[in-house]
Amino acid sequence: MGKTLAEKVWESHIVRRGEVVNGQAEPDLLYIDLHLVHEVTSPQAFEGLRLAGRKLRRPDLTIATEDHNTPTINIDRPIADPTSRTQIETLRANCREFGVRLHSLGDAQQGIVHIIGPQLGLTQPGMTVVCGDSHTSTHGAFGSLAMGIGTSEVEHVMATQTLPLTPFKTMAINVEGTLKPGVTSKDIILAVIAKIGTGGGQGYVLEYRGSAIRALSMDARMTICNMSIEAGARAGMVAPDETTFEYLLGRPHAPQGADWDAAVEYWRTLRTDDDATFDAEVFLDANELEPFVTWGTNPGQGVSLSQSVPAPDDFADENEKAACKRALDYMALEAGTPMKDIRVDTVFLGSCTNSRVEDLRLAADIIRGRQKDPNIRMMVVPGSARVRLEAEAEGLDKVFKDFGAEWRFAGCSMCLGMNPDQLAPGERCASTSNRNFEGRQGKGGRTHLVSPVVAAATAVRGTLSSPSDLDPVPPAAALPADDGTTSHAA
Amino acid sequence: MEKITTHTGIGVPLRQSNVDTDQIIPAVYLKRITRTGFEDALFAAWRKDENFILNREPFNRGSVLVAGPDFATGSSREHAVWALKDFGFRAVLSSRFADIFRGNSGKQGLVAAQVAQDDIELIWKELENHPGTEITVDLEARLVTCGSIVAPFQIDDYTRWRLLEGLDDIGLTLRHEEAITAYEATRPGFKPTTLPART
Repeated sequence: MGKTLAEKVWESHIVRRGEVVNGQAEPDLLYIDLHLVHEVTSPQAFEGLRLAGRKLRRPDLTIATEDHNTPTINIDRPIADPTSRTQIETLRANCREFGVRLHSLGDAQQGIVHIIGPQLGLTQPGMTVVCGDSHTSTHGAFGSLAMGIGTSEVEHVMATQTLPLTPFKTMAINVEGTLKPGVTSKDIILAVIAKIGTGGGQGYVLEYRGSAIRALSMDARMTICNMSIEAGARAGMVAPDETTFEYLLGRPHAPQGADWDAAVEYWRTLRTDDDATFDAEVFLDANELEPFVTWGTNPGQGVSLSQSVPAPDDFADENEKAACKRALDYMALEAGTPMKDIRVDTVFLGSCTNSRVEDLRLAADIIRGRQKDPNIRMMVVPGSARVRLEAEAEGLDKVFKDFGAEWRFAGCSMCLGMNPDQLAPGERCASTSNRNFEGRQGKGGRTHLVSPVVAAATAVRGTLSSPSDLDPVPPAAALPADDGTTSHAA
Repeated sequence: MEKITTHTGIGVPLRQSNVDTDQIIPAVYLKRITRTGFEDALFAAWRKDENFILNREPFNRGSVLVAGPDFATGSSREHAVWALKDFGFRAVLSSRFADIFRGNSGKQGLVAAQVAQDDIELIWKELENHPGTEITVDLEARLVTCGSIVAPFQIDDYTRWRLLEGLDDIGLTLRHEEAITAYEATRPGFKPTTLPART
């Protein structure tokens, strides 16, 4: 019988197959091709190595950056918060001591850990990639098996370059059809999570398949895989294809010459065999999808933007009923309110979900020539220093600044509210990030997860909006002539 | 790691689904570079409410948390496990755990016991009707006992064995160092390395 993509990658990384010892099944020991490190989940792991007198086994398969706890303004000044400064300085000292390549704040390659791996060409098909961050699933867009791990596992990978892992089940997420203009990959994944729930993917590796997925760019595929964890899955994958190879060709760490040919030949085998079976399958019709938005406090609590806030009685399950009631209370929303009537205070465009250059283009295309709602604060945080430079080369920074948005330096920023970029209590945000948990973006803050185009349209109207709700741009204001506002959609 | 065979302590009913990692420990507490000292961070936002269960006697002395489905969804932060342990918890019962949290718990000697939701409901009622009731988590028998309720729980074989023996994961893996070295020799040459750095 054939194998799924996930099974193929798994099999090719087995260092030692688990045996049954004294009636206990051991996990398989898997080799790790790439270990991404950042300041928040690594200090205790480095300390563990030191205390045990262990070495970092493969510094040449390890790379670090500063992203979670770094400021996005005044990056040339010392970090104001002493605890944050200590954390960053600890990473720098650890990387020096253990010989780890580090891209520090101010470096042209610095940025969110899940943006810089692909950008440098370090994330490639068929690899195993881990990081002490749950959104490591992002790298699955290349057909790699990419998993978030805890600090004990970070230390384990540092010491051994392996992880003991129990096999996953596989789930196919089939998305067929063509997305309507204004509907993006973010809407696909929010719809998937609403459909299967925040625990629906638990124990599974998801494989996103179908014509709608094949039509997506790498940036858009990364958005989908990124939020696999929000469905509870350990990883999400897309089989590599010409789009993948084209993205990788010429990247700094992509194979070159004969290596490139050998790599592509191997990468072409990385697809689920026609006679392979999945443990579960989910189907989604891309033609029917609309812009999606969350109303509650977990990513599964979402609806189409044209719908209304649900009521607790809309849910049969007692726990979901209670969760809805609690969420409405926290979010200060009344059941039955049309989503489009909800007024927001802040728009956040950023995070490892939606801060790549395509995301910034999509949003810039919407706001170009339009006025920002005067009561909205809009924050644009590119995913990496490189993305920021690319966007500036295209003049996107000017579009955002002319619109009245803040153009910031790269980092995780308001996605997790660890640095000073936070919501005030009660503040409501339309955010392109990945989690709408209570207090996630700042204590008492209220988050609605949206796509970059919905974020942009919301900044124009002041209420949750899709691009189709906007008045046409007056011809004069639309200059300089552009190749259309929907060309990058999907 | 200390060996665990059984644990008995006061049960704490947390009647809520989707208790995410940002509730267990908000991101601002992740700036610390230590592995201990997170007891103040556990459920920091919710503990500001004086009626929150952990602010009430006898639950403030609890060591077995009984939560709704999808416990600890979200972030990979092992700090969530450290905070639960620092507060005094030794076991968490739920019908469904986030994968990464379950893994992290196993590494740190916190028992993540998967109990059917029907049994969780019975245990909640028992704990609410008789505050201070102790729960026994028997790792050898894979059973939890709360008053007259005896319920089975699931935990994977390997994690259970490591907890029972108190074994360090890295030490176990390093017994297979030769296999690691042998595997490394077979890796294709086109696989990327981070060094020397190319930009």
